[in-house]
Amino acid sequence: MLETTWFILWGLLWAIYLASDGFDFGLGTLLPFLGRSEGDRKLIVNSMGPFWDGNEVWLVTAGGVTFAAFPRTYATMFSAMYIPLMLLLFALIFRGVAFEFRAKVDSARWRRIWDGCLFVGSAAPAVLLGVFFANLFAGIPIDAQGVLQGGLIDFLHPYALLGGVLFLTLFIVHGALWLAIMVEGDLLERALHVARTFWPASIITVVLFLLTSTYRTDLFTNYLNHPWLFLILVFAVAAFIMTRVFLARRSLWPAFTASALAIGSTALFGVVGMFPNTLISSINPMYNVTAFNSASSALTLKIMLGIALAVLPVVIGYQGWVYYRFGRKLKLEELEDGHSY
Amino acid sequence: MDVLTLSRIQFAVATMFHFLFVPLTIGLALIVAIMETYWVRTGNEIYKKMAKFWGKLFLINFAIGIVTGLTLEFQFGTNWSRYSTYVGDIFGSLLAIEATVAFFLESTFIAVWFFGWNKISKKLHCVSIWIVALASIMSAYWIIAANAWMQHPVGYELRNGRAELVDFLAVVTQRFAVYEFVHVLGGCFMVGGFFVMGISAWHLLKEQNTDFFGRSFKIASIFSTVAAFLVIGLGHMNASILYDTQPAKLAAMEAHWETGKSVPMYLLTWPDEKNSTNYFQTLKVPGMLSLLATNNITAELKGLKEWAPEDRPPVLVSFLTFRLMVGLGMVMMGISLFAVVMRERIREFPWFLKICVYAIPLPYLANELGWVLAEMGRQPWIVYGLMKTRDAVSIIPSSYVLVTLIGFIFVYGLLGAVDFYLLFKIARRGPDFTGGLKLEKKTNTATGGSHA
Repeated sequence: MLETTWFILWGLLWAIYLASDGFDFGLGTLLPFLGRSEGDRKLIVNSMGPFWDGNEVWLVTAGGVTFAAFPRTYATMFSAMYIPLMLLLFALIFRGVAFEFRAKVDSARWRRIWDGCLFVGSAAPAVLLGVFFANLFAGIPIDAQGVLQGGLIDFLHPYALLGGVLFLTLFIVHGALWLAIMVEGDLLERALHVARTFWPASIITVVLFLLTSTYRTDLFTNYLNHPWLFLILVFAVAAFIMTRVFLARRSLWPAFTASALAIGSTALFGVVGMFPNTLISSINPMYNVTAFNSASSALTLKIMLGIALAVLPVVIGYQGWVYYRFGRKLKLEELEDGHSY
Repeated sequence: MDVLTLSRIQFAVATMFHFLFVPLTIGLALIVAIMETYWVRTGNEIYKKMAKFWGKLFLINFAIGIVTGLTLEFQFGTNWSRYSTYVGDIFGSLLAIEATVAFFLESTFIAVWFFGWNKISKKLHCVSIWIVALASIMSAYWIIAANAWMQHPVGYELRNGRAELVDFLAVVTQRFAVYEFVHVLGGCFMVGGFFVMGISAWHLLKEQNTDFFGRSFKIASIFSTVAAFLVIGLGHMNASILYDTQPAKLAAMEAHWETGKSVPMYLLTWPDEKNSTNYFQTLKVPGMLSLLATNNITAELKGLKEWAPEDRPPVLVSFLTFRLMVGLGMVMMGISLFAVVMRERIREFPWFLKICVYAIPLPYLANELGWVLAEMGRQPWIVYGLMKTRDAVSIIPSSYVLVTLIGFIFVYGLLGAVDFYLLFKIARRGPDFTGGLKLEKKTNTATGGSHA
C-alpha cells in the first residue's frame, strides 16, 4: 500500500515537473524564432524569469524522491541512462547560467551567446525528457543486476524519438501560451499564432504516440484490467481540446491551465500504465525494477510520506502565489530598471 | 583509468567546484538580509543600495551554485549506483527532504527578491531575502546530516543487503551532524564576511564610496568574527569527536603511528607513508595530542599501525590539509579580530585593508581543504565501517565517465572564468553602476565608479 501510494506520488511529481518546467523549455526553444528584436528577446526571457528556477526544483524533488522512495530505481535509472541524463544535466547547466548572465554585459554578441545557450538548453531537455520517458515506457536492456546491456543507440529507436518530438511540440504550445499571458501587442499575436500552429502538430503526435504505444509498450495492460483508469486519458484528451477552445476565445490563463493539465495528465497516463514497474527490462520481465522490489523500508516511506504531504501543498501554495503575483503583463520600459534578465 | 578512479576524480571536481559557490551563497545571503533589514528599519537609502550591490554579486554566484548542485544529485545515481542502492533508505531521504523543505523555498524566493524590487512591498521584499538566507542554511543542515551519516552511520540496521532506517531522529540529531553543520556554517559565513570585507577594503583604499563601503566593512567584520569563533570552536569539537568515531582519520591528520598514552604533538613533522613512520618530528609538546583529542593529557590514542595499510586513509593528504586548514583558520581569526576592533577607524590602516583584499581567497581555500580532509580522511570507506568506496561505484563503461569528466572540466572551467570575470568587474564598478557591463576595451570613465 505504501509502495503504491509512493508510486502514485512519484508519477504526480513527474507530472507537475513536466507541466511547470515544460513551458519554459518551450519558450526557450521559441526564443530565436519569436525574438526578432533585442526587446522581444528580453520580454521572452523575462516572462519566464521569476518561475523557471522554482519549476526546476520539481525535477530535483522528483529525482530526490526516486532516490529516497525507490533507491534501486534511482540507482539503475541513472547509471543505465548515464549518457542521456548527463546530456540533460549539461543542457540544464548552460540554461541556468544563461538566464543569469545574459544581461550582465551590455553587448549584443554576449547576449547572443547566452541566448544560444538558452535555446539549446531548453530544446535539448525537451527532446531528452521525451526520449527518456519513451524509454521508460518501452523498457531498456537492463540485466538482473540493473546493468545496461547495450549502447547509446538502444535509446534512440523511433518510438523514443517520437517521444522527443511529442514533448517538444507539447512544450512549444505550452510556452507560447505562457508568453501570450505575459506580453502584449505584436509579440502576443505571434505567440498565439505559434500556439495555434503547433496545437494540431501536438495532437497528431499525441495520437501517433498513443497508437505506437499499443504495440511498442505494455502501457495499456493496466488500463484494460481496470477500465476506470481510462478516465486519466479522457481527462487528458479533454484538456487538450479545452486548450484549443480557450485559445480560440483568447482566454489565456484557462488555455495555459488546460495545457498544463494536458501535459501533466499525459505524463501520469504513461506512469500509471507502467505500474508497478519503475524500470522495465526489455531483456526479460523478470529483471523489471518495480515499486515493490526497489522500495525503501516502510519506516522511510512513512516518514517521507508525512513530510511530502505536509510540505508539498505549502510549496504549491507559495509557488501559486508567485505565479499570481508575477504572472502579469511585462512592459519593456519596466524591465530596464536593472532588476531583470 | 578505471571507472572507480575516474568517478572519484569526477566527484572531486564536481563537489569542489560546487563548494566554491555554496559558501558564498550561504554567507552573503545573510549579510544581504541584514543590510536590507537595516534599510527597512531605518529607511536609510544607503542600506538599500548595499543590499542591491552585494545582492547583484550574490545572484551571479547563486546561479552557478544551483546548476552545479544539480550535478551532485545526478552523480550519486550515475556514478555511485551501488552506493545509492545501499544507502538510499537513509541518505536518499535526506536529499529528498532537502529539496522539499529548503531548496524550493530558496529557488522560489530568490526570484521574488530579484524581480520584486518594484513589485512587492518593502517588508515582503525583506522577508523574501530572509527566507532565502534561512532556507540556504536549512538546506545545508540536511546535506550535512547526509554527509555526517557517511562519516558516522547511526540509526540504521543492515537488512535486505542494505542499510535501512530504524531511528530517524538519531540520524538527524547525531552529534557528528550538529558539530559538522556548525563548523561548515561558520566556514560559509567566513567566505561571505571576507568577500565583503575584501571588496570593501579595495574601494576604501581607492577612497571611493567610503560611506557605503565603510558601513559594509563594519557589518562584514562583525560577521566574520562571529564566524571565526564558530569555525574554530566547532573545529576543535569536530576533531575530538573523531576520537570516538573515526580514530584512523584522527591519527592520519596528526601523522600519529604508534598507539600510546600521553601522545605528544610535534609542531614540525613530515609523514613517510611508505615506511609507516615520519621522516622527522621535532618541537615536541608533551601530551598535547591526547589533550586536544580527549581533554585528558594522559589518554591513549590509537596510532595508524592499528590498521592494515590498505585500511588507512591517505596520510600525507590528511596531515597536510588539516594543518593548512587550521593554520588558515588562525590567520583568519587574527584578521577578523583586528578588523572588528578597528572597524570604526579602519581607513587609518591601509596596510591592513590591503591584507583584506588579498585575504578573500583564504576562507575558500580553508573550506576546500576541510572537505578534502573530511572525505579523503574517511577512505577507504564511503560509509565509514560499512561500505568501501571501491564497492560503491556503478557498473558502467569507463569511457562514459572519461567523456563526462572532460566535459565537466571544460564546462566548469568556462563557468568559473565567466563567474570570476563578472564578479571582478561588477565588484570594481561599485554601487553606482547599474545595467550591463560594457565589453569595449576602453571603459567610459563616467561609469568607472570614480565618483565617490
